[in-house]
Amino acid sequence: MLYANLCFYVFAFVLVVCSAMVVSSRNPVHSVLFLIAAFFNASVLFLLAGAEFLALILVIVYVGAVAVLFIFVVMMLDIDFEQLRGGFQRYLPVGAAIGVLLLAELMIVMIGWPFSLHAGPARFAPALGGVSNTEALGRLLYTDYILPFQAAGLILLVAMIGAIVLTLRDRRRSRHQSIARQTARTTADTLAMVRVGLGAGVAASDIRRPIVTESAGIDDDPLETHHAGEH
Amino acid sequence: MEGLQAVGLGHFLVLSAVVLVLGVFGIFLNRKNVIIILMSIELILLAVNLNLIAFSAALGDLTGQVLAMFVLTVAAAEAAIGLAIVLIYFRNRGSIEVEDVSMMKG
Repeated sequence: MLYANLCFYVFAFVLVVCSAMVVSSRNPVHSVLFLIAAFFNASVLFLLAGAEFLALILVIVYVGAVAVLFIFVVMMLDIDFEQLRGGFQRYLPVGAAIGVLLLAELMIVMIGWPFSLHAGPARFAPALGGVSNTEALGRLLYTDYILPFQAAGLILLVAMIGAIVLTLRDRRRSRHQSIARQTARTTADTLAMVRVGLGAGVAASDIRRPIVTESAGIDDDPLETHHAGEH
Repeated sequence: MEGLQAVGLGHFLVLSAVVLVLGVFGIFLNRKNVIIILMSIELILLAVNLNLIAFSAALGDLTGQVLAMFVLTVAAAEAAIGLAIVLIYFRNRGSIEVEDVSMMKG
């Protein structure tokens, strides 16, 4: 009991300090590192509350993926972060006022707030006895919550495709196949019937294909080079 | 009230309220830096998750944890899309100041 209490206070204190450092740190890289520390501490608090699976998910997904993504973006963008600090003093009073107001309101709500008598019987999914947290969560997630679960997967898919579409830069470095143009091509575009006199040879009528110059490179339309023999 | 005998629901609620307020405070404090604003939003969602899990443990109901998982999913998607938008905005304009984002104001 006492040990759990002590754990809670220590990790809660570190969590609050780390959160404060996230929003007030001068260097965004430090902010991200403090965010990672905050996630670790929150994960321990999850463990204390008995949510083992979510604690591990928090470490794996947040520390392993999201925070690293933040570090990537912070380090990839070449930004003068000092310049972005402007207005820090200006926004401090209004931010502090709204923060204190919000905290006071939340405290007012919390003081003297009891559970309803109906809260106990109204439980939707009472925790199972003798089953680990992960297994109980899985049983719930794959039966009652299968539709929201699928929707969550869909959200992740849309987010992935959206991020790729947003950041993909098509440089046209390589030759692309344009299927629309290929199928829109007709015989008249590409083929010309030329009557050649008997015994005259092709040289006389000047229908030989001209030599394609070296400069006809990537930027040129590959289809255009084949039209050469028409005249 | 089966779970959480050790610590108590009130402690968790106060802690999550403090973290949430710090997140809101961060949005006000860093009005220019979009990346810090995104991190503040992550803090706010973390506070929400703490709340959900504390209630889930206090009431002995697993639904709160399922909901917290969905919040985690949406938060991860939001971070990915938000950072992608920051990236292309920086590529186009060379800055990530929030006050510069006024092209659609007309």
